[in-house]
Amino acid sequence: MSFLDRFRDTSPKSASLAKERLKIIVAHERKTRNAPAYLPALQRDLLAAINKYVDIDMDQLQVNISEEDNQSILELNLTLPPK
Amino acid sequence: MAEIIVVTSGKGGVGKTTTSAALSMGLAQAGKKTVVIDFDIGLRNLDLIMNCERRVVFDFVNVIQGDSNLSQALIKDKRCENLYILPASQTRDKDALTIEGVEKILNELSDSFDYIICDSPAGIEHGAQMALYFADTAIVVTNPEVSSVRDSDRILGILQSKSRRAEAGIEPVKEKLLLTRYNPTRVEKGEMLSVDDVLEILAIPLLGVIPEDESVLKSSNEGKPVILEEKSLAGQSYSDSVQRFLGAELEHRFLDGEKKGFLKRVFGG
Ligand SMILES: Nc1ncnc2c1ncn2[C@@H]1O[C@H](COP(=O)(O)OP(=O)(O)O)[C@@H](O)[C@H]1O
Ligand SMILES: [Mg+2]
Repeated sequence: MSFLDRFRDTSPKSASLAKERLKIIVAHERKTRNAPAYLPALQRDLLAAINKYVDIDMDQLQVNISEEDNQSILELNLTLPPK
Repeated sequence: MAEIIVVTSGKGGVGKTTTSAALSMGLAQAGKKTVVIDFDIGLRNLDLIMNCERRVVFDFVNVIQGDSNLSQALIKDKRCENLYILPASQTRDKDALTIEGVEKILNELSDSFDYIICDSPAGIEHGAQMALYFADTAIVVTNPEVSSVRDSDRILGILQSKSRRAEAGIEPVKEKLLLTRYNPTRVEKGEMLSVDDVLEILAIPLLGVIPEDESVLKSSNEGKPVILEEKSLAGQSYSDSVQRFLGAELEHRFLDGEKKGFLKRVFGG
């Protein structure tokens, strides 16, 4: 670290960045924790199908399965890239 | 009936063994009959921290496999008469631990002890699951650092789904957070997650905060649980945590960094 660097504020502070990243990943993992075992494979296949038409990354496709009153809901959330 | 406590974390190197040694010594000093079991099969270390490595004759796996009985394998601590250690074996066969084998030993210990502390290996596989399976209480050891917090959350998930209590559908394992290797000065600079940050994410009750402290290394060199270093910050915080575990209401200490003067702040200290 140079002498002048000590005067500079390096915001955003790395701890708050760590916290934001943790909130997201932990929430995601809690959701998938109770999901059926086939979910990751389903997600991969869906991604492959979508990628035939548009180019997206794994994290642009969210697949959730939730249970409500005796029925399961499969929810897809897809962010398309800007045109 | 003993209370079974697992000291767990997911991630390695966060302070589980340091904590198991301190907690078991603290409970024993408080007059509770305590036994601490090393579940880290193949990588035994608790014996070194407890300074009994030269007294190990039989181990946990020997007892499970019927090569020795429990009383031959238990090592009595020389500093505190209420404390016993059951060392892990150095065999490479991690699957030597079975639910039935562990249960038999815990049942036998349960008759004569108040507390059974299980020092978990790292990871979330077989060994870690064996260590937590029978727990009544889990002490989740976490460092203020992203990978440790995430792994702790995964261990909480396992406690809530794969423990005996979860499988039996009875009252869940009590979860307590022990935040260790905490550096208040770095927290104040915004370089390290704070207690509140970690509590907000993991959302379990806080047992204690153990500062990063050089005396931990020193006491491990000497084979002395750091709680016996009564003047050290880590020793005092472990001691507070034991009192809290036993029901005392104590303020958390050592959460503030050294207040630095202007020059020190500018030029580093
Ligand atoms: N509060 C602390 N301050 C400084 N060093 C610590 C502290 N707690 C643990 N350590 C060090 O961290 C390392 C890992 O600790 P250990 O208890 O063996 O972790 P684990 O059992 O989770 O793998 C050891 O070198 C130990 O001395
Ligand atoms: Mg260990």
